Amino acid sequence: MSIWEYSNPKKFMDWTAPVVPWTFGLAALACGAGLVWGFFLTPEADKFGSTVKIIYLHVPAALMAINAWFMMLVASLIWVIRRHHVSALAARAAAPVGMVMTVIALVTGAIWGMPTWGTYWVWDPRLTSFMILFLFYLGYIALWEAIEDPDTAADLTSVLCVVGSVFAILSRYAVRFWNQGLHQGTSVPVATGGRTVSDVYFVPLVLCMVGFGLLFLALVLLRTRTEIRARRIRALTARAHRA
Amino acid sequence: MPELGEYAVYVLTSYAATLVLLAAIVGLSVRRSRRVKRTLQEIERG
Amino acid sequence: MIALLRRDLALALRAGGGFGLGLAFFLIVVLLVPFGVGPDRTILQPIAPGILWVAALLAALLSLDRIFALDHEDGSLTLLATAPVPMEGVAVMKALAHWITTGLPLTLVAPLLGFFLNMAPAAYPWLLLSLALGTPALSMIGTFGAALTVGLRRGGLLLSLLVLPLYIPTLLFGAEAVRRGAEATGAQAPLMLLAAVTLGTFAALPFATATVLRINLR
Repeated sequence: MSIWEYSNPKKFMDWTAPVVPWTFGLAALACGAGLVWGFFLTPEADKFGSTVKIIYLHVPAALMAINAWFMMLVASLIWVIRRHHVSALAARAAAPVGMVMTVIALVTGAIWGMPTWGTYWVWDPRLTSFMILFLFYLGYIALWEAIEDPDTAADLTSVLCVVGSVFAILSRYAVRFWNQGLHQGTSVPVATGGRTVSDVYFVPLVLCMVGFGLLFLALVLLRTRTEIRARRIRALTARAHRA
Repeated sequence: MPELGEYAVYVLTSYAATLVLLAAIVGLSVRRSRRVKRTLQEIERG
Repeated sequence: MIALLRRDLALALRAGGGFGLGLAFFLIVVLLVPFGVGPDRTILQPIAPGILWVAALLAALLSLDRIFALDHEDGSLTLLATAPVPMEGVAVMKALAHWITTGLPLTLVAPLLGFFLNMAPAAYPWLLLSLALGTPALSMIGTFGAALTVGLRRGGLLLSLLVLPLYIPTLLFGAEAVRRGAEATGAQAPLMLLAAVTLGTFAALPFATATVLRINLR
């Protein structure tokens, strides 16, 4: 008995079937509570006025945009090394979700930038990095769509994901060299433990982060299940054609 | 409804945009899931 | 492997090889810019290095899908895979051939086009140097992209979608070096970083390219 047993497609379908609705429920609960709390019950910040409320959307979305790519990287590596089909399909399932998160982070950031910085868009390193991340998602999804043979598609997108990760990190530091930023530093530096957000804003923010994370998990599980079924349909119709 | 002051438009549009985007990805995922599930059941029943 | 390089060069230089097309494209794009932004010298001068770099990048992109497509169609790619040369070597040679037929001519022609954009005189050596250092990376990254899309029928558009984001660091350091060179504000740092990008891509991407080619030839 090892952890890899859960990646057997049949087993994966079995154990995720009851998990998916629960994850969706918990995600809705956490997101709902966090957003309602953040929107209705937090005071305005001195410097930002009511725009501080956008943080409950922007920060969790940005967090999940990066984590989604990281999850795809891990899933791709698992596919390359251990050849578990579910892993490749999970990477495929996560990409559109990650892209939507990137778009949310970009849109809310742009809207927040207008009253705060006086412009919707600046070529600030963080903003630019997210734009680049969006392009990588686009290319990754397009490559999946373009290749017909599923195993070839899984292999090629995995390589693209690994190479893309290296170039994404490279671009992130390259744009820093190219332009100094307007964007404030991270408000919740996990590594150092010190944070610049007071508890009034922090608790609902954490709730939203957990909610977005759960929502991502639920969507990935649901979409992976769909991909497994689609793969099965493909196999069955191919068999019917041959017979 | 909390008092949003002069920035109301910005806060409300960002909430609206986010909810629309999230609803879109959830809706699309659920719809495709249902459709694929139905197709698979039809095929397996023969 | 030298024979492979020679063969690729001969194929590219022969009529119909598309050797001049990239250069002509480069010329036209650069000459179109003043029509778009206006003939004002004070506008053209500061943006000249960026324009030249972006145009060179697009011109290099144009000929990427030829790297493997023809070899894949007539089966010589399969032959190469079974030949006693490592696939990684094939990838490097393909990139090198692409660079000699596009990157090198682009580098040599770029200073000439700088005149049309009123580029600052101090920028010329830096432009030459940065393009010479940067275009090999464009060819190598492009070869990887071409290997990814080799089996696809509508690969051309997808290829640009995949490759252009990967070009960002090269473009950024290259154009930055020329800009700083024109203002004499220390172009060494971006140039060194550009060289690092080029060396890094040549160290790592042949392996990725070879892996991708093997997958596509399975």
